[in-house]
Amino acid sequence: MNIIDVRGLRMTYGTKVAVDGIDLQVDEGEILGILGPNGAGKTTTVECIAGLRRPDAGSISVAGHDPYLERAAVTPIMGVQLQQAGLQGKLTVREALELYTSFYAHPRDGLELVERLALAESLDVRYAKLSGGQQQRLAIALALIGRPRIALLDELSTGLDPRSRRDVWDLVDEARAGGTTVILVTHLMEEAHKLCDRLALVDRGRITALDTPDGLVARSAAPTIMAFTPSRTVDNSVLWDLPGVTDVRRHGDRIELSGDDDSVHATLGWLARHDIRAGRLRVTESTLDDAYLDLTGEPVLTEEN
Amino acid sequence: MSTPARTILRTESKLFLREPGSLFWIVAFPTLLVVILGSIPSFRDHSKDLGGARVIDLYIPISILLSAIMASIQSMPGVLAGYREQRVLRRVATTPARPAHLLAAQYVLHGAAVAMSAVLVLVVGRVVFDVRLPGSVGPYVLVLALALLACLAIGGVVGGLAPTARISSAIGTVVFFPMMFTAGLWAPVQTMPHGLRTVVELTPGGAAARGMDQAALGHWPAAQFLLVLVAWAVVAAGAAARYFRWE
Repeated sequence: MNIIDVRGLRMTYGTKVAVDGIDLQVDEGEILGILGPNGAGKTTTVECIAGLRRPDAGSISVAGHDPYLERAAVTPIMGVQLQQAGLQGKLTVREALELYTSFYAHPRDGLELVERLALAESLDVRYAKLSGGQQQRLAIALALIGRPRIALLDELSTGLDPRSRRDVWDLVDEARAGGTTVILVTHLMEEAHKLCDRLALVDRGRITALDTPDGLVARSAAPTIMAFTPSRTVDNSVLWDLPGVTDVRRHGDRIELSGDDDSVHATLGWLARHDIRAGRLRVTESTLDDAYLDLTGEPVLTEEN
Repeated sequence: MSTPARTILRTESKLFLREPGSLFWIVAFPTLLVVILGSIPSFRDHSKDLGGARVIDLYIPISILLSAIMASIQSMPGVLAGYREQRVLRRVATTPARPAHLLAAQYVLHGAAVAMSAVLVLVVGRVVFDVRLPGSVGPYVLVLALALLACLAIGGVVGGLAPTARISSAIGTVVFFPMMFTAGLWAPVQTMPHGLRTVVELTPGGAAARGMDQAALGHWPAAQFLLVLVAWAVVAAGAAARYFRWE
């Protein structure tokens, strides 16, 4: 059963096409991740599903309703955390919780939520005085406070430290266990891999790949990474020419190869024939980061940046 | 009233009380002005030029209008524009509450603050300076209510169109001075030269000041003043509703 059904979604701003024909079906109880470079149309897609924007073309159904036209049917079952949203500056955390609690028929305990998100000590702090990370955590609490059937989370963990990130992941996982369907826009591969049942890769307004996280990794052209320190200098171009090798990178005297299984055997054979020892040899499976790079040609954001 | 609308009103009331600047200018300052003007001895003398009235008598309606204009033009538009700028309206739009509830709460609270201020001005005028309470209370309240609606609607246009709180306060200041001039803050409308007075009586401030003055003396205000106020309120409210930018 598709609780969210998007067909042929198109959005343009002036002459810029933000979303160019997106189709997306999300099952009830699923966590769907949306990945993609900046400006790919992720946020626009989420805002259309939230009913904040009217699509130029295409249709969106959320639990059988048009989210733009049937606000009264959709807002009670949807929890939304947007990048571009705020609260009244002089509103305290406690008052924000009380306010948002009053909006929903069967709300969660707001105090328990802020306890879980390490905001309990800031209950009487005004919104404008909270740090960026605290504002973000409060936004997540408010998105989940109404026990939504559907949660739309746009850049859930941006600006959070690793500890709070894990708190937030636990909450999302738990909401799903309680039956909530989640759409999650993210830049973090770790987050995507850990939380999502399926991932949609969006690039230039289109979905370029839609699969499970493991499925995406397997699809990548270079599922294996091999790294070693050669006992004497090796020319990059020789390695490039070996069968199955798709990329050669050099970090100081260390060489990193991407390729398929054959490339590993070919490289080891070549090194042996030339009497070169591969020091500190490591062969690892390619990660979602590599798959993402491969499928979008974009650098990956890591936790550090 | 639905539950979200009620909790929004309650929450916005708390936030309104955290704005000492706005509260001072809307609720305290008009009364303070009455006290300052009333302590000038000559302003307490009956004047033949004013048809036997005293300057302090004329400044009672003017001070009340000052409160209405402060609230509508200086305070409220900044709040509305700030809520759009800070994406508060957008956040509320994703919940079962409606962003219009926030706007409505601001209109109600600013209106209530002006009503309080009016009572304070009338009481202080009566007790301290012996200004007679309005002769026709009903018409007096009617004119004030219409004037308040017209001012709030004009403020709604300012707050609805200004993209940021800063721009809204700049526009508000530009609109504020002509409105206060026409309400008679610098020279009561009755004392203006004939040609100027005719024009000023077509503005919300001028029509309200004259209408309240007539009601204070126990007369029914002239229909012209009521019509001018209704026209301003309807046109401005229409424009505020039509052109309000939610994003």
